[in-house]
Amino acid sequence: MTGVTASELLAVVAARELRDDTTVFAGVGVPLLAAALAKQRHAPRLTLVIEGGIIGPEIAPGRLPISTNEMRAGRRATMLPGITDAFLFAQRGFVDTGFMGGAQIDRYGNVNTSVIGADYWAPKVRLPGTGGANDIASLCREVIIVTPHERRRFVERVDFVTSPGWLRGDGSRHQAGLRFGGVSRVVTTLGILGFDPESRRMRIEAVHPGVSVATIREHTGFELGEAPRVETTEPPSAEELERLRALDPERRFLG
Amino acid sequence: MKPAEYDFVAARRRLEAKPKSAAEKLTSLEDAVARIKDGDHVAVGGCLFSRTPMALVRELLRERRRGLTLSRNLTCTEGEFLMVAGAVERIVTAWMSIGLPWGVSKILRHFVESGRVALEEWSHLALGLRFRAAAMGVPFLPALTMLGSDLMAVGGMKSLQDPYTGETLAAVPALFPDVALLHVHRADVFGNCQIDGYPHMDADIARAATTVLVTTEEVVTEEAIRRRPERTVIPGFAVDALVLVPFGSFPHECYGLYEADFDHFAEYTRAIDARGPAAVADYLERYAYAPPTWSDYLDLFGGERLALQGRRARELTGL
Repeated sequence: MTGVTASELLAVVAARELRDDTTVFAGVGVPLLAAALAKQRHAPRLTLVIEGGIIGPEIAPGRLPISTNEMRAGRRATMLPGITDAFLFAQRGFVDTGFMGGAQIDRYGNVNTSVIGADYWAPKVRLPGTGGANDIASLCREVIIVTPHERRRFVERVDFVTSPGWLRGDGSRHQAGLRFGGVSRVVTTLGILGFDPESRRMRIEAVHPGVSVATIREHTGFELGEAPRVETTEPPSAEELERLRALDPERRFLG
Repeated sequence: MKPAEYDFVAARRRLEAKPKSAAEKLTSLEDAVARIKDGDHVAVGGCLFSRTPMALVRELLRERRRGLTLSRNLTCTEGEFLMVAGAVERIVTAWMSIGLPWGVSKILRHFVESGRVALEEWSHLALGLRFRAAAMGVPFLPALTMLGSDLMAVGGMKSLQDPYTGETLAAVPALFPDVALLHVHRADVFGNCQIDGYPHMDADIARAATTVLVTTEEVVTEEAIRRRPERTVIPGFAVDALVLVPFGSFPHECYGLYEADFDHFAEYTRAIDARGPAAVADYLERYAYAPPTWSDYLDLFGGERLALQGRRARELTGL
């Protein structure tokens, strides 16, 4: 797709995943842009929840928050319940969708944002950590991962399970005590991935225009199944792009 | 995780043994921080670059404490300062860096990848519940988070079977820190504290810790507190020392009063990109050790910058 950055594509496609009359837990960057875009377009009765302890903010174009815990994130919020209580709304079941990114993701949708390497206490690469990602992955009704599609990110086995997806597949998530939620979709720069309802292995659900199933497989470090029917997504419309770009005129997150 | 962190009996005894006075608490930064000992577990309020008790952290650096454990839900530049100064050997947190635009903290990577500082990672909610369990005086709280993940083994969190439904639950252990460092918007001289905007985890941390040190943007009259008692989140009897420190979080933000100084973060991280931890050592020399008082420290940023950050905060919050 010419003239559309990877982050723009991700934000537009992710925004379409959100339904009206729901609630979404969104991190800063592309997830928050996607949620703000959805609210402007097809989901006016969507409520944003941000992990800094913020409910119902109105994000100001050009003043996008850099962290989930600052004044920009809480602008015109309807409630500031505090961090612990914001997550407890999700534990109670009030949060429909969790939007998250990820450094490393495996075939069961487990995400690693902690360490690269085998020794946790002296890792090859120390990453910032879970923040609220583990809680979002554990507690929301469903989780949508939004990430660039690169072979180094889509690995057979993550070095460390920071945020649980379907763990080892089949019923293992439930057996660990995670009675609710789970990863439903992975929105990437190449398409949309989902999970087989039984084995919980990742599969291709849709490709972006001009992308083939073979290209997605080339950029994935493990074997991918296919949904019974693989769809092709609609390219971002001029109107979607215009609204999105207005939210981030400094292009702090859109690239 | 150390057993002392969730020993609710010992924590209760410590609180019972200490005065819970309604006396005046106002003192100096030096006197407040003198209560912190080498090897203490220090919990820091605020979150990331919001309402960080920076003046207390600076004083802690100046006192050259060693062997500390730092716990904070999201850890920012203050964690880097304590690492480079050699003050901290373990950090208990959910996340550490400054923020997305500045990438993964190179200081975090330097000290943790070499095994010099242990980074004990808990989920954001789990850490919040650790402070809340302690605030409630119980050894753990049941929860539905962190189960099935590799984070469980890092801190040693256990699960349990619900005696009613038989379901598996996370048993999130209490965290009773030795000392809490907090920064609030206003307090009276007795230490009754009010916070505007985000409450973060401060009220739970104040109840969880044995010793509570607070800086405040403003000292108000007892009458001002009594007119709006529902706004008070930390009672005076829980506070050991209170220090008046305007701009006490700077260059981090204080809701409604001043926005974080992002230009300062950019300059700071550029120096680290060029010279690694040595850049932070130089920064500490310039900002922590050289200026004798907090007011001298603020002069390094200048009145114009402080006023600008104040206007930005008022624009964002309408306060």
